[in-house]
Amino acid sequence: MKKLIILFLLAPLAVFAAQNGPHLDKAPINFHDEASLQRGARDFTNYCLSCHSAQNVRYELLNHIGLSNQQIEKNLMAAGGKVGDKMKVAMRPQDAKKWFGIAPPDLGLMARVKGPDWLYAYLRDFYRDDSTQTGWNNTVYPKVAMPDVLWALQGTQVLQSGTKIIDGRTVTIHKLVLAKPGKMTPAQYNAFVGDLVNFMTYMGQPYHNKQIDVGIVVLLFLGVLFVLVYMLKKEYWKDIH
Amino acid sequence: MKRLMNWIDARFPLTSTWKSQVTEYYAPKNFNFWYFFGSLALLVLVIQIVSGIFLTMNYKPDSALAFNSVEYIMRDVKWGWLIRYIHSTGASMFFVVVYLHMFRGIIYGSYKKPRELIWIFGMLIFLVLMAEAFMGYLLPWGQMSYWGAQVIISLFGAIPVVGGAISTWIRGDFVVSDATLNRFFAFHVIALPLILLGLVVAHLVALHEVGSNNPDGIEIKEHLDPETGIPLDGIPFHPYYTIKDLVGVVAFLFIFSAIVFFAPTFGGHFLEANNFLPANPMKTPPTIEPVWYFTPYYAILRAVPNKLVGVILMGLSVVIYFFVPWLDRSPVKSVRYRGVIYKTALTLFVISFLALGFLGTCPPTPTYVMITRFFGTLYFGFFLLMPWYTRIDKTKPVPERVTNR
Repeated sequence: MKKLIILFLLAPLAVFAAQNGPHLDKAPINFHDEASLQRGARDFTNYCLSCHSAQNVRYELLNHIGLSNQQIEKNLMAAGGKVGDKMKVAMRPQDAKKWFGIAPPDLGLMARVKGPDWLYAYLRDFYRDDSTQTGWNNTVYPKVAMPDVLWALQGTQVLQSGTKIIDGRTVTIHKLVLAKPGKMTPAQYNAFVGDLVNFMTYMGQPYHNKQIDVGIVVLLFLGVLFVLVYMLKKEYWKDIH
Repeated sequence: MKRLMNWIDARFPLTSTWKSQVTEYYAPKNFNFWYFFGSLALLVLVIQIVSGIFLTMNYKPDSALAFNSVEYIMRDVKWGWLIRYIHSTGASMFFVVVYLHMFRGIIYGSYKKPRELIWIFGMLIFLVLMAEAFMGYLLPWGQMSYWGAQVIISLFGAIPVVGGAISTWIRGDFVVSDATLNRFFAFHVIALPLILLGLVVAHLVALHEVGSNNPDGIEIKEHLDPETGIPLDGIPFHPYYTIKDLVGVVAFLFIFSAIVFFAPTFGGHFLEANNFLPANPMKTPPTIEPVWYFTPYYAILRAVPNKLVGVILMGLSVVIYFFVPWLDRSPVKSVRYRGVIYKTALTLFVISFLALGFLGTCPPTPTYVMITRFFGTLYFGFFLLMPWYTRIDKTKPVPERVTNR
């Protein structure tokens, strides 16, 4: 019987173990790093919001990462409006579809769909490819419709293929190489994308910090309550044999 | 206070019902860990109803608004994220609790005479719960909501002649659409919960009529105190089991809260990542997989090459539980006094159920399909061979009175 209980308890772990994907670098996610979130918010509104919306996210959200209404309106809302407004995009979906072949997806929840590590890889893995329509390609999202809008910062990467012998077998290895440097050094660019992904992840679940804080209090309360209730049960049951 | 009670009792059987159903309802004193899950199922039902009421206050059952109204709840409604996470976690935990409750029924033979009707009501609750969960899953109107519903409803299309018409009738349209969302909302928030509550009452009335089984599978009513007529191995439900269940409730809420606050998506198993994308009828996601509690049956469906046979076997894999009271021919109830054959069969069944659940989340590659067929055969074997192996199984003598272990 004990074995059965253990089996039941371990079952979810088996399911977890089954989830394997390609290896992705860990994105530097830290919702307590306000400076990083602020830089990410600035870069998100500057670079992403011109084509992508985040239609469920209000600018107000940035209050929670230490920006005042004045700062938000002055620096992050180029087109004007109020902080209560949602992050809409001016481009009409029909036009977007005509220009890009597909309307740029809403980004409000993209980090929840793809995961921060995937975004962190995606934004760093664009390379030149003349065979595609945009002239860009991406190793984690092959033939993606989006061009590399950050190339001026990162520089231009190319995909180099080579062979390597691993365990006696010849394996083809693809590697991204920086062909022409951009305005940022690779370390600066990594940090830039890290901040951006940090903000996008935060934007997907802005209640997360509160969730954890409340959760700790709730679990502490239930822990204490459990001890009390258990003692009560012992007391009531002591005459039952 | 006394006078008020007298006034009520002259008009409504309050005190007498309280006594007969709670303070003087005698339950076996040897309930163990497995007996927590009945009261916990009731707790989760209440959690789902209450959190559901609050979600309904801001949710919009309209295909153009549904997805964003859920995000509105998550972001702009005060504590909305908590209410939604409670409801989504509650859905999965409902199945965890109900599966463990059913497992308890199986290992201690709680379905056997005279409790066949309790088992049948319980199975009806399970069926309604599956429908409730399936329809609720469409409401957030994400990609998985949409395509999951599309796939499951299209299964009815496998029925010869009338299949297509039935699918269309269920959807109210030729594809999953606004009409489908509206009717699923109606079923999810009012029709099915009403049926569920009615069945829960029937389940409990039947239980209180015959009394609980116990881990020894002994009828405590067979040994009554000659003076009082109270079962010698029985103790009043209140305060003993109300207090004991409270321990289970707090322990359960601890686990429940740990999930709600620290892992509400449970690695994509309670809330699937693709469901954070709005439904797009023009774009089929690369993989469509049901939520974990449906995966054992889904695995069986996919393992059969013929669609109609697959649908029939999938239906059978759920409905077959109804027949367990009559498939089991063993003279004893509890696994404690059954022989090695039954214990082996039970172990294989548990392993195959878990394996099928896991395989239902995997892509249907030829290897996985072969493994699924193997475990699917074991799964059905547990039920179909039960009349045979429970009869030849060598049972141990059952004690007269309950044991304390």
